Formats: sequence, structure tokens, C-alpha cells
Amino acid sequence: MVDTKTLVEKGSKTQEKKTPGAVGLLERGAFDQLFQVLQAQGYTIVGPTVREGVILYDELESPDELPIGWTDEQEAGTYRMQKREDEALFGYTVGPHSWKRFLFPPKHRLFRATRGKDGFDIEEDKYDGPNYAFLGVRACELQAMAIQDNVFLGGDHVDPHYRSRRESALIIAVNCGKAGQTCFCSSMGSGPKAGTGFDLALTELISKDGHAFLLEVGSKKGNKIFKKLPIEKAGKKEQKAADAVVAEAEAQMGRQLDTEGLKDLLYRNYQNPHWEEVAEKCLSCANCTMVCPTCFCSTVEEMTDLSGDHAERWRRWDSCFTMDFTYIHGGSVRQSTRARYRQWMTHKLATWFDQFGTSGCVGCGRCITWCPVGIDLTEEARALRASDQGELQTGMQAEA
Amino acid sequence: MLPRPYRVIRITRHTHDTFTLEMEPADGNPAPYFQPGQFNMLYLFGVGEVPISISGDPGHTRAYVHTIRAVGTVTEALCNLKIGAQVGLRGPFGSSWPVKEAEGSDIVIAAGGIGLAPLRPALYHVLAHRERYGKVVLLYGTRTPQDLLYRKELEKWRGLFHTQVEVTVDHAARDWFGRVGVVTKLIPGARFDPFHTKAFVCGPEVMMRFTVMELMGRGVETENIFISMERNMKCAVGFCGHCQYGPTFICKDGPVYPYSQIQHLFKTREL
Repeated sequence: MVDTKTLVEKGSKTQEKKTPGAVGLLERGAFDQLFQVLQAQGYTIVGPTVREGVILYDELESPDELPIGWTDEQEAGTYRMQKREDEALFGYTVGPHSWKRFLFPPKHRLFRATRGKDGFDIEEDKYDGPNYAFLGVRACELQAMAIQDNVFLGGDHVDPHYRSRRESALIIAVNCGKAGQTCFCSSMGSGPKAGTGFDLALTELISKDGHAFLLEVGSKKGNKIFKKLPIEKAGKKEQKAADAVVAEAEAQMGRQLDTEGLKDLLYRNYQNPHWEEVAEKCLSCANCTMVCPTCFCSTVEEMTDLSGDHAERWRRWDSCFTMDFTYIHGGSVRQSTRARYRQWMTHKLATWFDQFGTSGCVGCGRCITWCPVGIDLTEEARALRASDQGELQTGMQAEA
Repeated sequence: MLPRPYRVIRITRHTHDTFTLEMEPADGNPAPYFQPGQFNMLYLFGVGEVPISISGDPGHTRAYVHTIRAVGTVTEALCNLKIGAQVGLRGPFGSSWPVKEAEGSDIVIAAGGIGLAPLRPALYHVLAHRERYGKVVLLYGTRTPQDLLYRKELEKWRGLFHTQVEVTVDHAARDWFGRVGVVTKLIPGARFDPFHTKAFVCGPEVMMRFTVMELMGRGVETENIFISMERNMKCAVGFCGHCQYGPTFICKDGPVYPYSQIQHLFKTREL
């Protein structure tokens, strides 16, 4: 069990790159045993698999379901799967799914209420699903988890639904050996190497000599798994090879985001006319918020059955790009796409710091890839910088 | 996170769409203490949940008092409740009018429409500890005389020799002998020392904007002006993201803000 406090501490220490713990080598031929050990310990394994032309995360029974020999090509508004020349298990970057769909499901029930004699009784929903082992968590996704930990566990109120899912999950990270064209984790200090926040971390090593995984232990829970595996000693050679894998990903980083002074830049550009230009392209479709691993906004829905004696409250993902999101009596506050895009980007890159002490962006590039019109967050930040309006802009000045 | 059952013990109708519910915990225990300006989440079985400011006396915590305007699905259903009905309640949440810090100062309370509801607990507190404050002024504006909330209480407060109460309406028929005009017009005639005043303002945003300008015009510093903000809200505990206002969450950091804290946001449209 991980307690809330450690989760939050993890959240604030994500920049640390050192991980103490055992290191060893797992041959590809023995990789099936990782599945067996996890299953024997009662974990339901969730990992990458090929479905509907993309690599997404789903429950897995065996390593055969991993995207063996597959990779992805990504660009703004584009995602294509391609065959690799090798049989890599983790030779892709990230798809449209993130782990938040398991820790903070897109739709889940908060409570059930039953009408009684002179009122109603409420029964809270407690998580009784499986203990998940997340296999293939990227460094940027670890950072995203730490960020959501801060949201749901770090404040005065703790979300019990998130907490029970989070505490029971085992995290097996995979260091990236490839970066996509929309990746910019190195700009955000979140990758491509997993620093902390995992139970086990793998680096996939493929060469003429063979196919193996360098395993690093990140926690006691991870060590328990590690000890049950047919681990061989990893020498300097393997360590070096693993470093080279990550270095290659770092060198391939397709995008960059200049974070220098970015928060203040956004704060003083609420009135920048550039927002109007983005708004002309933006469809306000909410795709970016759905694929974002840190976006946490939700709404609630009340449901009743036909008899009217049973009611349920469900929580589902919501997006600041919808008109309903800001509805109060009299109308929506953010009527224009301009205001909604501004809210989203300013939240990610500026107000998040004041709310939770970190950036809300981990540089995974999903919002760029999955934007149907290819709006690029890094490009928008650059354009805003180019048209920076200088001193703090307030409505008062703008209207004066 | 779960609503606690409360029972409606009194219902008062004010205007055609405004009413007050008084409710006490169904289990007979006292309701938790609240600070003036805070709000609760009211849940109606199978209908939904809404944030409603507390408008009762903070000195009496046997029951919560909520003045509500029926404008949506949940508030309209709340409007149709009968005495004895059960309501779910979470709270209290949010920041409050700084009545403690305001001791020794003059108090200006400026309300527009139903904005008087979250201010009434502050007024109750100030009047209950009248000797701790300097001059006390209540400025209240509504659209028409029919929209005035708490009319009997207003008349009673107006009869107090130690409190200035001014009421105005935007438009009225001939049977109205009071003032006509916007609430900001009352500020020049209000008796307070601008340099030793705490002003509490609540109403539509446009009303608060002009009220703040008038108060600043008389010399009240922005850190001594407090306003109560409203946004869509689902969870009240900072999870749902709906009530974000710049870097703040209205449910946690608000609803009551010193104007100095948010003045750079206040006039940014569609924030």
C-alpha cells in the first residue's frame, strides 16, 4: 500500500533522476515469466496492444498481445502504425490512451441512493475492481500520474475513488527508445528516462547479440516481483546499452517547448489577438483534453430508474472546450472558442503552477497528434511569444 | 464527498421565483459551524446538486438557511419541496467575508438582487457584535420593488439608529416612493470613512464592477474591498475543474476574494 503522503511527495520529486535499487537482466525468452509472476500475485495486467489501427492500453493475458514489431509515426493531426524491422515489444511511443482511464475512469458511479420511507439512503461506491499492473508506463506518463496525484490526493480533500485505484496499482515503466515527432518530454523535464514513481522499470535492449530487458527496481513492491524472475546479472555493458537507448530517444525528440518565462508570458497575454487566430482553426472538439494524461475535469450526472426509487450519481470526464462547462444562470461564461482555447492552454502551462506547483503539461504530444486540425501547443506557445504584448495585460487596460 | 441527509423545517416565499429553505440535520445533531459568505452543496434525490450560499445567522447552527432562486432544474425542484422533505447537503465550503479582521473598521455592505443572500450572515454577525464595528452601511439594489428580498428585515434594519440602510430599484411603478436608480448611485451618499472601511460586495458581475469603481473613487483601497464570485461548480472540493477563475478555484480560494487578489482577472472577459 502506498500512502497518500508518499504519492504527493513523489509528485514533487519527479525531476529527480536517480533511483536506487537492484538492477538485472531479463532475457526476452523469459519475458513470459513476468506475466506469470504478476498474474500469480493477483494482478490484472494492463498494457499496450494493437486495436483499431492504434496502440492502446487494455487488459492483457499474455505477452503475445503486446504490439510486437509495431511502431507508430506521429505528426500534428496524424497517427500511423508501421512495422518495425525488429521484434521489439515496446518500440512505439504513446497512443491515444493514457493510464488515467484506469485510475480516473471516463465514467464511474460515485454513489447509489434509494428512496426510503421519509427520505433516502446513500451508499457510496467503493472500488472493488482488480489490482492493476500497468505495463509499459512511459516517463511522461509517470509524471502525469504524479500530477494527477497532486490534484486528487494532494489537497485538503482526497478523492476516495482515485485513491483506491491508485494505491492498488503496480507501475512497470518502460524507458523510451524512440521519440515521436510530437514528443517534447525533454523540454518538460519529464523524460525520456523514468526517474521515479515506478515499481519496476524496463529498458528494452535489442542488438545482434540478442533481445533482453534491463530491469530496475523502484520500490519494495517491485522488488518482490523482481526476486521471482529469472534475472541475470547486468554488467556495465548492459547499463551502457540502456543509456544509449534513452540517449537515442532524446536525440529524436520531434518538438521543443521553450518553458523559460512561459507562465508569466501567458499571464500577461490574456488579451493577445493571437488567441483569435488559434480559435479560427480550433473546432472546440475536446479531443486534446480527452487524450491529455493530466486533464482532470469532470462533471456529474444524476440517473434514476423508471420507478423513481433508485438514483445514481455518475462522474464522467468533461472538457473546458464545451459550452456547457461554464454555464451559469444567464449563459456560459466562455462563449467563444478563443476563450476556451486560452483557458486550456493557460491552465496547462501557467495557472497549473499556482494551483499545484508544477506544469500541467508533460510533453507527451498527444494533444498535437490527436488534434483533428493539427493545432500544435508548442507552436502556439512560440506564436504567443512572438506576439508578446509586453507588460501585464488586464481587461481594464485593454478596455481603457 | 457524500451528501448528508437534512430535513426541511421551514419554507419562506419571497418573490415570484425566490424562496428560503431552513433545514436541519435529519439525525438530530447540530449542523457544522459556518462562516458568513460560505456555501453548501444541496442535493435533491434523483435530480442533482447545486451550490447555494448560506444566508442564515452564523450564530445559530441548529439549522442552515438557504435563499434560493428557481432558475434551473434543481433549484426549481427545490422550490417545490414541502416541509419535512429530505435534502442532501455537503458543506460548508469556501472562503468567507472577513468579519473578524473587519473589527474596528466601518462596514459597507453592497448587494445587488439575490446577492444579498450570501451577505446576510455577515450583516447578522456585525449587528450581533455592533460595538466592535464603526459605521455600518447596507446598500441594496434590485430590479423592481417586487424583487426586494427580506423586506420585513430590511425595514427593521432601517429602523436601527446605528445603521444606515439605503435601498434602490432599477425601475418601479407609481406606488414606489423609494429611490430609483442603480445601486452604485447610493455610494456617494453613504456615511463611512473610506480609509477605515471594509466593503463587502455581492451581485451580478457588472454591478460589482461598477460598485468597486465607485468605492475606489471614494478612496477605499482594493485590499479592503471583498467580492463574491460565481461560476459553474460540480464538486466544491477542487476536483471537477469547472469553477476555475484564473489560477484560483472559486470553491476553495473563493467565493469571497479581496478585490486586490483578482483585480487583474476581474475585467478580462470570458475568463
